[in-house]
Amino acid sequence: MTAAPAQSLEWKMPSTRKVAVISLILTESALFTIFLVAYLFYMGRSLNPPYPSQVLTFPLFATIALLSSSFTIVFSEMALHRGNRLAFHFWWALTIALGAYFLWFTGTEWKHLIFTEHLTLATNVFGTTFYSLVGLHASHVIIGLFLLTLILVLSLLGKIPADHTEHIEMISWYWHFVDVIWIVVVTVVYIISIRY
Amino acid sequence: MPGPPDRAGLIQQKKAWQFWNRSCRPEGDMFSGLNRIIFCVSRRIAGAVLWLVLAAFACSPAYAQDGGQMRPVADMFQPLSRPAEMIHSSSMLVLAITAGIFVVVTTLLVYVVWKFRRKGPEDDLKEPPQIYGSTHIELAWTVVPILITFVLILVTSRTIGEIQNRKMPENAVQIRLVGHQWWWEVHYPKEGIVTANEIHVPLSRRDGAGERPTELILESADVIHSFWVPQLAGKTDLIPNRKNRTWIEPFATGTFFGNCAEYCGTQHANMLLRVIVEEPEAYERWVQKMKAPVPVPQAELAAQGHKAFYANSCVNCHKVDGTNARGVFGPDLTKLMTRQTIGAGVAPLTPETLHAWVRNPQTLKTGCLMPDMKLLDSEVDSITAYLLTLK
Amino acid sequence: MNHETLDDNFQIPPPERIGAERGSLTRIVQEMVFTVDHKTLGLMYIASGLLFFVVSGLMAVMIRIQLAVPRNHFLDPDVFNRLFTMHGTAMVFLVGMPIIFGFANYLIPLMIGARDMAFPRLNAFGFWVFFFSGLLLYFSYLGAPGLYAAGSAPDVGWFAYSPLTAKAFSRGHSTDYWTLSLLLGGIGSIATSINIIVTTLCLRCKGMILGRLPLFVWMFLVVAFLVIIAMPPLSACQIMLILDRYCGAHFFDTQAGGSAVLWQHFFWIFGHPEVYILILPGFAVASEVIPVFSRKPIFGYPVMVAASVMIGFISLGVWAHHMFTVGMTSIGNTFFAISTLLVAIPTGIKIFNWIGTMYGGKLRFELPMLFCLAFLFQFLIAGLTGVMLAIAPFDWQLSDSYFVVAHFHYVLIGGLLFTIFAGLYYWYPKALGKMPDFKLGLWHFILFTVGFHITFFPQHISGFLGMPRRIYTYDAGRGWDLWNLISTIGVFFQVIGILFFVFNLIYSYVKGKKAGDDPWDAWSLEWATTSPPPSYNFETIPEVRSRRPLWDLKHPDDPDWKYE
Ligand code: HEA
Ligand code: HEA
Ligand code: HEC
Ligand code: CUA
Ligand SMILES: [Cu+2]
Repeated sequence: MTAAPAQSLEWKMPSTRKVAVISLILTESALFTIFLVAYLFYMGRSLNPPYPSQVLTFPLFATIALLSSSFTIVFSEMALHRGNRLAFHFWWALTIALGAYFLWFTGTEWKHLIFTEHLTLATNVFGTTFYSLVGLHASHVIIGLFLLTLILVLSLLGKIPADHTEHIEMISWYWHFVDVIWIVVVTVVYIISIRY
Repeated sequence: MPGPPDRAGLIQQKKAWQFWNRSCRPEGDMFSGLNRIIFCVSRRIAGAVLWLVLAAFACSPAYAQDGGQMRPVADMFQPLSRPAEMIHSSSMLVLAITAGIFVVVTTLLVYVVWKFRRKGPEDDLKEPPQIYGSTHIELAWTVVPILITFVLILVTSRTIGEIQNRKMPENAVQIRLVGHQWWWEVHYPKEGIVTANEIHVPLSRRDGAGERPTELILESADVIHSFWVPQLAGKTDLIPNRKNRTWIEPFATGTFFGNCAEYCGTQHANMLLRVIVEEPEAYERWVQKMKAPVPVPQAELAAQGHKAFYANSCVNCHKVDGTNARGVFGPDLTKLMTRQTIGAGVAPLTPETLHAWVRNPQTLKTGCLMPDMKLLDSEVDSITAYLLTLK
Repeated sequence: MNHETLDDNFQIPPPERIGAERGSLTRIVQEMVFTVDHKTLGLMYIASGLLFFVVSGLMAVMIRIQLAVPRNHFLDPDVFNRLFTMHGTAMVFLVGMPIIFGFANYLIPLMIGARDMAFPRLNAFGFWVFFFSGLLLYFSYLGAPGLYAAGSAPDVGWFAYSPLTAKAFSRGHSTDYWTLSLLLGGIGSIATSINIIVTTLCLRCKGMILGRLPLFVWMFLVVAFLVIIAMPPLSACQIMLILDRYCGAHFFDTQAGGSAVLWQHFFWIFGHPEVYILILPGFAVASEVIPVFSRKPIFGYPVMVAASVMIGFISLGVWAHHMFTVGMTSIGNTFFAISTLLVAIPTGIKIFNWIGTMYGGKLRFELPMLFCLAFLFQFLIAGLTGVMLAIAPFDWQLSDSYFVVAHFHYVLIGGLLFTIFAGLYYWYPKALGKMPDFKLGLWHFILFTVGFHITFFPQHISGFLGMPRRIYTYDAGRGWDLWNLISTIGVFFQVIGILFFVFNLIYSYVKGKKAGDDPWDAWSLEWATTSPPPSYNFETIPEVRSRRPLWDLKHPDDPDWKYE
C-alpha cells in the first residue's frame, strides 16, 4: 500500500456463490451423515415387523430417473453456454419431469408402506430411521424441484440475461448433490439393509 | 495391603504411599521394559506431588474424623479397592506429569513477563528486534510434548486394559444393580436376595486364596444413572436397554459412600448409595439374615399396620416377601429395617424418619416418585409400626 | 440509515457514519431492525450476548448460593435443575456463540479490507434467528407448562441426555422449547459461518493472500468450518428428538429397542467441536493482542496456522471422551483417549508461540494484555486438567464430578471469557471512538480474576473428594462444605468485577478520552480506518504486501515484506 514494489499478480478471488454453495453442500452432507449413521446403527434392531427384507423393493425406475436427471441438467447447461435457449428449456424441463417422477414414486412407495404394510414412523426403529432418512432426501428433492421450476419460469419470462448464468450453475451443483446423496441412500437402504 | 487402615488420615496417606511404591514393581506384567522404566522413574516425581496434594488435603476438616467404619469422605486419592487403586496409581503419574508441565510453563511465563516488561517511557522510543520465528525452537517444543503424550498414551492404554479385561474368579460375588429414579434396586442373583440403596460385599484379601471381588451388572429401569463409589471404583453408567459391567474388590471394611453420578432428574442429588464391606463371616451372616423369612407381626399396633399396609395401595409399588405385596415400582421392603438410610440416603433410617416418610415422603424428598398417600394419623402410626418389624 | 443493496457485494456508501448520530429511540430501534451493516450487526451480537451473560451469570450466582452450605433450602430441587440447565445452555449458545460471531462480524471485513460481509442480508438473518432462539429459550419460563402444567424452563441439563428428554420423563413443553431453540440457533450459526467462510475466501483486498491473513481471521475460518460440519449433527439430533416427542418415532426410545447412547454420540459429535469453536476465537484475540502489546510480530505464524487447522481436524475425532463411563469397549476407550491427548500437541505449540512472541519484546500492560496474560495462565491449568480427564481411567473417577465443572469453567471463563474481555477492551476504541478507562478496567480485572480463582479452584478439590455435579444439595460431613463455601464467596468478587466492567463500558462511552484511529499503535487493517469506521469501512480499498500492513506503513525503512 505504500511505495513498495508493485504487485504484478492479477488479483482474482473465487466467486462468492460457488464458495457459498460448496459450504452449503458440506454442511448438508454432515446432516445426511448423521441420519445415515442412525439408519445403519438401527439396521436389524427392530423388535417387531415389518422388516426391510419384507417390504422394500429396489426402486429401479426412480433411481434411473433421478440419476439421468443429472445428465439432462448437464445437457441443459451446455445448451445454455452454446446460447441455445430452446434446448436449454427442453433439457431443463426434462430434468424437472424426471425429478417429479422420482417424487411421485416416493409418494406411492410410502402410500404402499403405510396403508398396506402398516409401516409408519412409530412402528419400529426401521420405520423411524427409514422415513426420516428417505424423507430428508425427498425434502431436498422438493427444494431442488422448486428452484428448478423457478428458473424455468423466470427464463421463459425472459428474466434471465444471457450473462447471468452462475445461478443456474449453482442450482445444478445442488441438484448433483441431491443425486449423489440418493446413490448413498439407495445403497444403504435398498441394497445393504434389505438383507435384514 | 494387610488389613484396613483404621487410624487417622495421615496413616492412610502413608499406606497410599507404600502402595504406590509397591505397584511400581514389575509384577510379571506383559509390558515392555521401556514402559516399566518410564513408569518407575516418573514415580519419584509422582511421590513429591503426591505428598503435596495429600498434605493439602490433610488440612481439610474432612480428615479430622476417624478413619473407622463410616467413610463419608469419598476421596479418590485414598482408594481402598483394587480398581480404584489401579486408577489411583496411574492418575498419580498423570498428576506428576501435568504438575511438571505446569511448573515449567508457568515459570517460563512469569520469567518472560517480568524480564521483558516495559521499563519506562524510554522503551517506547524504539521497537524491539522483530523476530518472526525459529524452526529449531518450534521443533523442540513440538517434539517434547509429543514424547510426553506418548508416555501418557502408554499409561492410559495399560490401565484401561488391566481394569476392563479383568476376569472374575468363580467365587466372585455377583450383584445386579438396577437404577431407578431416584433409588437403587439391588439383586444378588446367586443368593436370591433383593434389597435397595445399600450393597453388602465381603472383604477381599490380596493373597490369592482370600481374593473375592464383586462383579456388578448395571442396568436401568428408566433413565441413565451412574454407579460411583470413589474409594472402590471409578464410575460406570446404568443405561436402560443395555447391560454394563464393573467390579470392585475392597481391601478395607467399613461403609463407603457413593452417589449417582449421572444427572437423572429432580432428585438426582438424593440418589445416594452405600457399600458396606464386611469381614467374610459377617457378610455370610448378613446373607443368612436376608434369606430368613420375615415373621408376621404379633404386636397389636404392628398387626393393624400390617392390615392397613395391604388395604392401601402400598402393595402396588412395594414388595414384601411371603405376602401378596408384589409391586416392583418402589424399593423392596422385605428387609427394610436392615438398611442404614431411607429414601436412598435422604435421611438415616430411624422410627422418626420412617414415620415422617410414611406420612408424606414429599416432605423428606421433594418430587420423589412415591406420592403422598394421605393416610390417617392412626394408619401412619400403625404402618410405621409394621414396617419397623421388617428386619 | 438506509442501506440499499444493489448486489450482495456492493453497497452505496451512505452519507453518515455509524454511531455518529444519536437519534430518537424509535430511530435507533428502526436502524437496528433494518440494518445489514456488518459492524452494527456485530455490535448487536455482542450486546445481546452480554445481556444474556448477565442473566445467566445471575443464575450461576443463585446456584452458588444454594450450594454454599449443606442441606440449604434456598432453592427447590426443580428450580435448581432448571437453573443449571438454563445457565449452561445460555452460556454456550446465547453468550459464547453470539459474542464470537459479533467479533467475527465486526472485524473480519475490516481486517481483510472488505466493505462488508459477503451476504449482508444473510448476516442480518443469522442475527435475528439467533436472537429469537434466545428469546424462545427464555420464554419457556412462561410458556412451557403446557397441558400437563409440568415444569417450566427445561431441566434436562445442557446436553439433555436421552431418555430423560423422552415424553415419559419430561412432560410439558420445556424440553420442546430447548430443542426448538437450539435448532433455530444452529441454523443461524450455520448461516453466519457460511458467510464468514465466503467473506474470508472471496472478499480479501488486493495482496491479502491466505498466507498474509491476520491470525484472527485464520482462526475464525477454522471456527466457521467447524461450525458448518459440527452444527448439523446437533440439528439432526434435535430433529430426531422432535420426531420422538411428537410423532412417536423411536430414535432414543429405549422401550422400543432404541439406544440412549446414540444421543450421546450425536450430541458430542457436535459438542466437542463446539468447545473448540468457543476457544479458537479466544486464541484469535490473543494472537492479535499479544504481538501488539509485546511490540513484536507473532512468533511462528505458519505454525500457528497449521496448529489451528490441526486442532480443528483432531477435534472432530475425540467426542467420545465425554462418554468414557458409558461402558465402551477397552479399544474404544483407548482410541478416544489417544485422539484426545493428541490435541495437547498443537495447543501446546500455540501456548509456546505466544510466550515466544513475548520473549524479547517490550510488554505494555494495557487492559487487553492483562486479560491475555491471565488467559495464558488459566488456559494452561484448564488444558492440563483436560489432559487428566482424557486419561480414561482417571476420567472414570473425575467424570461428572465437580472436577469437570472446574475444568470447563477454567477453559470457558479463564480461556474464552477472559479473551472476550481482552477483545472488548482492545477494539472498544475502534468501535466507539473512546478509550476504555484504565482504572475501572483494572478493578474489573483484579476482582474478576481473583473471584474467578476463588470460585473455581476449590471445585477441583471437591471433585477429588467425590462431589458429583448437578446436585442441588449435599450432606454435611462429606468433606465438601468448606470448598463449596469458598467457591460461593468467590462469586461475589466476580459480581463486583462485572459491575465495574459494565460501568466502564458506559462511563467510557460518555466520558472517555477520544481514541483516535490507532490508539494501540497496532498493525492490522482495521486500525487504518477511522474510529468508529464509516459504514463503507475504507475510503479506498487498501492493498497489502505483508502480514502487518500498518507496520510497513509506519516503518517504510524496514517493512515486513522484506522478510516474509
Ligand atoms: C472452551 C472449551 C474447552 C476446551 C478448549 C477444552 C479443552 C480440552 N478438554 Fe474439555 N471440556 C469442556 C470445554 C473445553 N475443553 C467442557 C464445556 C466440558 C464439559 C461438558 C459437560 O460435560 O458439560 C469438557 C469436558 C472434557 C472432558 C470430559 C470430562 C467428562 O465429562 O468426563 C474431557 C475428557 O477428555 C476433556 C478434555 C479436554 C482436553 C484434553 C482439552 C485440550 O484441548 C486441552 C489442551 C491444552 C493443554 C494440554 C495445555 C497446553 C499444552 C501444553 C503446555 C503442551 C504440553 C502438554 C502436554 C504434552 C500434555 N474436556
Ligand atoms: C461460557 C460459559 C460459562 C460461563 C461464563 C459460566 C460462568 C459461571 N458459572 Fe457456569 N456452567 C457452564 C458454562 C459457563 N458458566 C456450563 C456449560 C455448565 C454446565 C451446565 C450443566 O450441567 O448442564 C455450567 C455449570 C455451572 C455450575 C455447576 C452446576 C451443577 O453442576 O450443579 C456452577 C456451580 O458453581 C457454575 C457456576 C458459574 C459461575 C459462578 C459463573 C460466573 O463466572 C458467572 C459470572 C457472572 C456474573 C456473576 C454475572 C454478573 C451479573 C451482574 C453483575 C448483574 C448485576 C446487574 C444488575 C443487578 C442489574 N456453572
Ligand atoms: C406410586 C408408587 C408407590 C406407592 C403407592 C407407595 N410407594 Fe413407597 N416408595 C415408592 C418409591 C418410588 C420409593 C423410592 C423413593 C425414593 O427413594 O426416591 C418408595 C420408598 C418407600 C420407602 C423407603 C424405602 C427405602 O428403602 O428407602 C418406604 C418405607 C415406603 N416407600 C413405604 C410405603 C408405604 C408404607 C406405602 C403405602 C402407604 C407406600 N410406600 C406406597 C413408590 C410407592
Ligand atoms: Cu440417578 Cu442421578
Ligand atoms: Cu470434549
